[in-house]
Amino acid sequence: MGDNPPVGIGAHEKDFSQVDKARLVAALSRILPPQSLLVDREDLKPYECDGLSAYRELPMVVALPDAEAQVVAILRTCHQLGVPVVARGAGTGLSGGAMPHKFGVVMSLAKFKRILKVDPLSRTAVVQPGVRNLSISEAAAPHGLYYAPDPSSQIACTIGGNVAENSGGVHCLKYGLTVHNVLRVRGVTIEGEIVEFGGQALDAPGYDLLALVTGSEGMLAVTTEVTVKLVPKPLLAVCLLAAFDEVNKAGNAVADVIAAGITPAGLEMMDQAATAAVEEYVKAGYPLDAKAILLCEADGTPDEVEEEVARMKSVLAQSGATEIRVSTSEAERLRFWSGRKAAFPAAGRISADYYCMDGTIPRKRIAELLEAIAGMEKKYGLRCINVFHAGDGNMHPLILFDANVPGELARTEAFGAEILEMSVALGGTITGEHGVGYEKINQMCVQFATPEIRTFHRIKAAFDPAGLLNPGKAIPTLNRCAEYGRLHVSGGRLPHPELPRF
Amino acid sequence: MACELADLQQQVREALADGRPLRLRGSGAKDFYGEAPAGDLLDTRGYAGVVAYEPTELVITARCGTRLVEIESLLAGSGQMLAFEPPHFGPEATVGGCVAAGLAGPRRAAAGSVRDFVLGVTLIDGHAEVMKFGGQVMKNVAGYDVSRLVCGALGTLGLIAEVSLKVLPRPFEEATLLFHIGEARALEQLNQWGGQPLPLSASAFHDGTLCVRLSGAAAAVCAARQRLGGEPIDAAQAQEFWSGIREQTDPFFDGAETLWRLSLPSVAAPLDLPGRQLVEWGGALRWLKSDAPVGQIRAAATEAGGHATRFRSQERAEGVFQPLPAALLAIHRRLKLALDPKGIFNPGRMYPGL
Ligand SMILES: Cc1cc2nc3c(=O)[nH]c(=O)nc-3n(C[C@H](O)[C@H](O)[C@H](O)COP(=O)(O)OP(=O)(O)OC[C@H]3O[C@@H](n4cnc5c(N)ncnc54)[C@H](O)[C@@H]3O)c2cc1C
Repeated sequence: MGDNPPVGIGAHEKDFSQVDKARLVAALSRILPPQSLLVDREDLKPYECDGLSAYRELPMVVALPDAEAQVVAILRTCHQLGVPVVARGAGTGLSGGAMPHKFGVVMSLAKFKRILKVDPLSRTAVVQPGVRNLSISEAAAPHGLYYAPDPSSQIACTIGGNVAENSGGVHCLKYGLTVHNVLRVRGVTIEGEIVEFGGQALDAPGYDLLALVTGSEGMLAVTTEVTVKLVPKPLLAVCLLAAFDEVNKAGNAVADVIAAGITPAGLEMMDQAATAAVEEYVKAGYPLDAKAILLCEADGTPDEVEEEVARMKSVLAQSGATEIRVSTSEAERLRFWSGRKAAFPAAGRISADYYCMDGTIPRKRIAELLEAIAGMEKKYGLRCINVFHAGDGNMHPLILFDANVPGELARTEAFGAEILEMSVALGGTITGEHGVGYEKINQMCVQFATPEIRTFHRIKAAFDPAGLLNPGKAIPTLNRCAEYGRLHVSGGRLPHPELPRF
Repeated sequence: MACELADLQQQVREALADGRPLRLRGSGAKDFYGEAPAGDLLDTRGYAGVVAYEPTELVITARCGTRLVEIESLLAGSGQMLAFEPPHFGPEATVGGCVAAGLAGPRRAAAGSVRDFVLGVTLIDGHAEVMKFGGQVMKNVAGYDVSRLVCGALGTLGLIAEVSLKVLPRPFEEATLLFHIGEARALEQLNQWGGQPLPLSASAFHDGTLCVRLSGAAAAVCAARQRLGGEPIDAAQAQEFWSGIREQTDPFFDGAETLWRLSLPSVAAPLDLPGRQLVEWGGALRWLKSDAPVGQIRAAATEAGGHATRFRSQERAEGVFQPLPAALLAIHRRLKLALDPKGIFNPGRMYPGL
């Protein structure tokens, strides 16, 4: 970035301080009944943050529409008045994506809770955006079907939020992310136009706008309806638990499993500190002396599973596993998973606060990143436990801290930023599935150069010329990047100058 | 002639300066597809070669001019494949053309389309900027998904200079079964099977014969064969058959009539349209050889919940792709302006004005 201040599209943050609350409330009152329009401080409070509670802001108002026509009318009104709009699902996001705008409206889609159709023959379901992820699978279960992406937050998070974040889960290595499992998204633009991306068929004419809106963090349109694919439930799933006496060996075992032509239904890793933390909480009987453990799942027909488990076992043994357990019942399989699934609450139990990172790196560099994180623990004087979707190289280091200790939050943020920037340096990305939101906006400047960021702003403007949908999230202004760059390269040094840049 | 990324960028820069549209082209294997190509030729084949391939990362990165056959044989050497089975439509087909066209083959309904496997691209846009979107990792939600946006955009949003694709292991076992059955019954059967845990990887129905391919672990394929019945056909013959479907060398595709591609919900009832049909993708893709009026075909596709593409015809006529609703067309126009404001890339190849 040069020394000239950036100009043109996406250069600066817009100023919304002129928004007139009384006028806004009057206009929205014509659309919504009083109980669906929250304006008082105590009513706004529950909406002040999402799952990343370190960042909070009170909105001007919260709107709770329950019909698409209301969504259209609200967006038109906000467009006319120049008011920012932040869509919100369940608020479980981990990057501050649904954090309110001080001068804006939070539009909660919580009332859009209906499953409109489950069609077993075409294996699709049509749902409203506020439907919870798990309830889709529950509705499909009587037909032997389910909705594959299964974020750990699936009992709470909504499909609208999943589409906005392109969420994944422990099974996405084999079954794909949200983008692979959604056929159609119906939405409303800030101008109040109803648009349909994708369709009932496997493809739609024109540009792949369905892929573009998936993962767009509520910046392009507000989702009002989603058609998802349902897939047959596997007849059987068996989980292997493998222990390793070196983190390196566990990392290599991941690569070996893939190289053997196996696509596990799940392939997860936990380091020793994480294992210890969750064991205390769930008592799953994990080997505590192991430096790392892998959970490797096979699913399918019983014969298929048997064949795959044998293959997995032999690869893991050759990769140096010191112990391999194979689940012999569904109860045991769930016990193997219980610790991995409880990693967040377990972290919450051993620490006042924790901060979850989401970098993704090439699988082969897992051990390298873990080693570096160990160094950072010393540097920042904070502990970090590591759980991750190893099969995808998607890491979730959980930095443990106490927000009440002065300075700890700031150190935690610096620690997190260093992990993310190292992820980029290792050939990866700052976010695998949690989104950029408000949290990683600075790291976007590390991952992308000015032309890419300008392109993002241009794309945003193609949908939302006035920049009213979720402003200040996901895509940094060029001005912000210029400032962050100056701050960061201070002393003329980039972080990790020894690593090649991709 | 071999060239560097900077040379491609220079060509774009010059075209931009002269206001001279470019026709992006690999080997021209898909010249027939889309609206008539226009503009000065920019041949991408000089920028060729596999940049990185690590089987354990399940990713291959290649320059746009790399031939698909080269990529596929490299992958086969490590027991891997492009799971979307792209049609080549010519021996020299390039990976850039494959991604720009966004066409997938028989495995599409089971494995996903080209866009489902695109992890990242290096793009030269209409500002002549070289940019990287996405990357080499499996999961990446930083920034808008430009890599998938340019996939299937027929080169109208920029020059895809490099692409990273996710690859998959080849199945351990494959088998093809044949059933003599009517169309309505075949469609019903395919949709029912689709809801069961069966390793179906492809299907093709034509003229009273349904072929299905099973792929997966040996035990799974074997068990499914027993459950489904049907006549097994031998491996070499099966290979030739699926290749004929993928490359459209099967006799079904012979004849002078226009070839229409109808992408529909898999459960759509048999279409009552003049001409011959071949059904793929578990019912979700219907090929139609017919000279029926455009209006009739599009209306039938729309009625069934999908869309129709004039895929190949003897004579080039306008209106290849289903017209877009006004609100979507407006977004398309603005996206085109965002990435290619001077309209220098493949003007009109997809829709007039794009
Ligand atoms: C304990 C825990 C575990 C988690 N595990 C996972 C995991 O395994 N994998 C994973 O991917 N994520 C995980 N998450 C993150 C989070 O659950 C997902 O990002 C989820 O998709 C968010 O859904 P939500 O309904 O809560 O969305 P919110 O947090 O309300 O919103 C998220 C974003 O989506 C936008 N948005 C919401 N609804 C709409 C709409 N209708 N139209 C347009 N934009 C909209 C918002 O503006 C915001 O930018 C986890 C979170 C927690 C707290």
